Amino acid sequence: MFLIGCPWCGPRSQQEFHCHGEAHIARPKDPDAVSDAEWAEYVFNRSNTKGVLYERWVHSHGCRRWFNVARDTVSDRILAVYRMGERRPKVTP
Amino acid sequence: MSQKFRLAGGGRIDRTRPIAFRFDGATLHGYAGDTLASALLANGVRLVGRSFKYHRPRGILSSGAEESNALVQLREGARTEPNMRAPQVELFNGLVAETQNRWPSVRFDVWAVNSLFSRFLPAGFYYKTFMWPASWWMTYEKIIRNAAGLGKGPTEPDPDRYEHRNVWCDVLVAGGGPAGLMAALAAARSGARVIIADEQAEMGGSLLSDTAEIAGKPGADWVAAVLEELRATADVTVLPRTTVSGYYDHNYLTLLERVTDHVGTGPDGKTPRQRFWQVRAKQVVLATGAIERPLCFLDNDRPGVMLAGAVRSYVNRYAVLPGRKAMVFTNNDSAYNTAIDLARAGASVTVVDLRREPAGDLVDVAESAGIEIMDGCAITGVKGGKRVTGVTIRRLSEAGDKVTGGSRSMGCDLVAMSGGWNPTVHLFSQSRGKLRFDDGLAAFVPGRSFAAERSAGACNGKMTLSACLNEGAEAGRAAARDAGFKAKAGSAAPKVDEPETGEIRSVWVVPSGKPLGRGGKHFLDFQNDVTAADVHLAHREGYVSIEHLKRYTTTGMGTDQGKTSNVNALAVMAQLQGVSIPEVGTTTFRPPYTPVGLGAIAGRNVGEFMDPARGTAMHDWHAEHGALFEDVGQWKRPWYYPRHGESMQDAVNREVLAARNSVGMLDASTLGKIDIQGPDAANFLNMMYTNAWLKLPVGGCRYGLMLHEDGMVFDDGVTTRLGENRFLMTTTTGGAANVLSWLEEWLQTEWPGMKVHCTSVTEQWATVAVCGPYARHVVGSLTEYDKLGPRDFEFMTMREMDVAGIPARVFRISFTGELAFEINVPRRHGLALWEAVWEAGQKYGITPYGTEAMHVLRAEKGFVIVGQDTDGTVTPMDLGMDWIVSKTKGDFIGRRSFAREDTARDDRKQLVGLFTEDPHQVLVEGAQLVEAVEAAPPMAMVGHVTSSYYSPNVGRSIALAMLTRGRSRIGETLHAPRLDGGAPVTVTVTDPVFYDKDGVRARG
Repeated sequence: MFLIGCPWCGPRSQQEFHCHGEAHIARPKDPDAVSDAEWAEYVFNRSNTKGVLYERWVHSHGCRRWFNVARDTVSDRILAVYRMGERRPKVTP
Repeated sequence: MSQKFRLAGGGRIDRTRPIAFRFDGATLHGYAGDTLASALLANGVRLVGRSFKYHRPRGILSSGAEESNALVQLREGARTEPNMRAPQVELFNGLVAETQNRWPSVRFDVWAVNSLFSRFLPAGFYYKTFMWPASWWMTYEKIIRNAAGLGKGPTEPDPDRYEHRNVWCDVLVAGGGPAGLMAALAAARSGARVIIADEQAEMGGSLLSDTAEIAGKPGADWVAAVLEELRATADVTVLPRTTVSGYYDHNYLTLLERVTDHVGTGPDGKTPRQRFWQVRAKQVVLATGAIERPLCFLDNDRPGVMLAGAVRSYVNRYAVLPGRKAMVFTNNDSAYNTAIDLARAGASVTVVDLRREPAGDLVDVAESAGIEIMDGCAITGVKGGKRVTGVTIRRLSEAGDKVTGGSRSMGCDLVAMSGGWNPTVHLFSQSRGKLRFDDGLAAFVPGRSFAAERSAGACNGKMTLSACLNEGAEAGRAAARDAGFKAKAGSAAPKVDEPETGEIRSVWVVPSGKPLGRGGKHFLDFQNDVTAADVHLAHREGYVSIEHLKRYTTTGMGTDQGKTSNVNALAVMAQLQGVSIPEVGTTTFRPPYTPVGLGAIAGRNVGEFMDPARGTAMHDWHAEHGALFEDVGQWKRPWYYPRHGESMQDAVNREVLAARNSVGMLDASTLGKIDIQGPDAANFLNMMYTNAWLKLPVGGCRYGLMLHEDGMVFDDGVTTRLGENRFLMTTTTGGAANVLSWLEEWLQTEWPGMKVHCTSVTEQWATVAVCGPYARHVVGSLTEYDKLGPRDFEFMTMREMDVAGIPARVFRISFTGELAFEINVPRRHGLALWEAVWEAGQKYGITPYGTEAMHVLRAEKGFVIVGQDTDGTVTPMDLGMDWIVSKTKGDFIGRRSFAREDTARDDRKQLVGLFTEDPHQVLVEGAQLVEAVEAAPPMAMVGHVTSSYYSPNVGRSIALAMLTRGRSRIGETLHAPRLDGGAPVTVTVTDPVFYDKDGVRARG
């Protein structure tokens, strides 16, 4: 059970949150301009990183805000928490 | 009463409080402070169970959590629990316990025949023997499960109450022995918020069984003084009878507190039976002690062969003499304490020491007490079946692999064995710490830490009392410091005088003079009946990995998780492979440390508290009018309203007919409702739905399909424009929360610049849907009829007006295909509105209908239910709903995926209708459709039934199905094989709209 520092509410238990997978996957600006393969990459494929993974969480049983988390998938340590729209921080596991 | 083996004085039992209990039907007595195990030993009961596989007689092995023999069925009826460890069951008045795994009785057990045939029951026996024929597996399984296995689970619901506590602390101390108490004291004196938990009724750990003095006073006095100070300190929680059961990510630990288990009676209704603590600790101190290793010698499982430390505990703490003529069999000094205390308590004692010429203070004390010490010797056999009657002893060779010389037989009724001590590293390992092998201890100790924890005392490999106290103090101070507190003076550990101890001599399999596996058994794992010979066999068969060895032989896979067996089995494997123990590796320790009941894990989240139940403002009315309810998500929705003596089918037919022929009313309050506001609201809807929203006039309603980015339908509903920048979206009842999350996801993560706010208003509104040819008459009698005319109030629009004097939003939308008005009022007026409609509708025979009739009505019209007719793999085009997919408005979520190869292929499943050959036969939903029926599966499946009902309006059964190339198959004949063995059902493919194909009725 992780302890997650919601950027709006502070540290809360994982059961208040939902994880929504990898972050920083932008929707193509013009979907018609991308190939089927590129579109499939956006819709279906995720990196399944061993190491630092940037992912989206939502404080569903709290402020209902979405935010980003940098998590080491090996240690499950949370290395950084930052708001939507902020640049992804450089972290080391 | 006859507690023949109870000592006259001493111990921590209360002789003024006798306790009666029953064991296998016999009434016995003990004292307050006893455990079931100590009371049984006091009464001379040695045989307490039969083993798992061979049904060998077994006695009490230990005095703690590691017990692998004395597992009993505790209590009766709904409160019965299997596999309870007798040394951990506190004695209470009226306790009832039974032996397990025996038939008909523990003294005469038919299945003990397994022991005679044990040569045919080797490791991997199940894998080797029961491979074929496969069809016999079920029979094998029944027989094996009867013969093996342990206790029985309760068959009645758990009557007790369990509670959860969620807390945080600065320092959590696991274990209340000398190291744990010292750590808690040091941390508490620094001002930290401390929780200390110990699994036993009394804190003190080894000090309760030890004769050592601390600062010149008995250890127990020191324990009492520390507890007094801890309890008097603010922010310190002392939890006896509490096992730290699991250590999870980010210093989240679970604790099981047995609140009233030791009282015996059911809780009083207020006090929970157990409390499950979920603790977030900044720092953790592990002070979990150590578990003694058995020695692996021939027939080391006979009742009366016990761990030496446990024997000492029974003598000193419980005032029980487990035997009058004792052999102490050891490879280290600690068992000399047992020999000395046994002799002091009046037993005659002989020490058999695997070491040659052992030296040390304790050996000297034992010798001067007149105890015979046979050094360099081994017990090579145990006499007696249901209890130990004697042993044979021979000299051990220099290398420890053979016995030499003549054998000496000695009578005895107790063998106290010690093979050294294993630090209890379970929680450390659970915290993802890495173990290290300590050659001096011949055991695994904590190596590199992972979590914010530190181990102190015996669990860290420190086997002397002074080291435990010192390390505990240091760990407590350091933990408090790392949690942000300054250390205060005065938390140094007290002084202790201790004997010097000598070294251990590891002899992992004690030779018997016979080949291994002959003339008896060398047990490694008592609970799962795994012997040294089994490990040898696994090695011969090529099992190299410890993880494979564990599963093949089942070593350490009992409920004790191998607390006494793991290191011994590893050592045997290492010897066979010719490598060191750490090279073989160790298996992973997983939570819980000792079993945790499901009741405690569920806590109060059972029965009505398992999930919230949501009811509408009209719920009680429905109940009073005989409605049966259906769960839709968390909502309780009226399913149908049977009249006296009416079957479900009759009731649904009546409701369906009324809605088409006169007028019906439905409680539609549960549909999800989201208020969407902001200057970008229309643009936002344009992206979220497949159709166009910019030009929808204020007051207009529009049906929309919502897709995921993969182009598949995931929700639908009608959205109404309430104002230029304001919409009211409705969703499916079950999908409301997901849709709101979906909207928020896009607004917060992809388009944060969009000025849109979404608010759930589902529970703010109550909705009455009035439908049928007389709907206008009924609603008109509650408002101005003239305002409801077809041209004044057009289909797919919304008007605000008073209905029955209540301000309402009235929507001319229809999910049944009939003329319909959906009247929304604030929830508090819901019941008043419902009753007003009910009254006004009486002269038209208004009929309340439930979800079942609603399903039939919508299926007659071919309207899909998302989640029933769709399953996440269905596009709008698959549903034949191309008309709702805008080709001109530009982008929307999911659109690009339509062009993907898989989405665009022409052999996708499409929505169709089905007619059965027999018009009264109703297909089973989920039935597969085939072109040709084969004698047996597999058959090529071309589709499946998604909805199926009897339709009184069509006058026959109707079904919806998803069928490969369905729309091109209209008129074809297919078959639906049945699971119930009946003849396959022949069906004809039809259009999915069965009633009023042109849709004139709803517009009327």
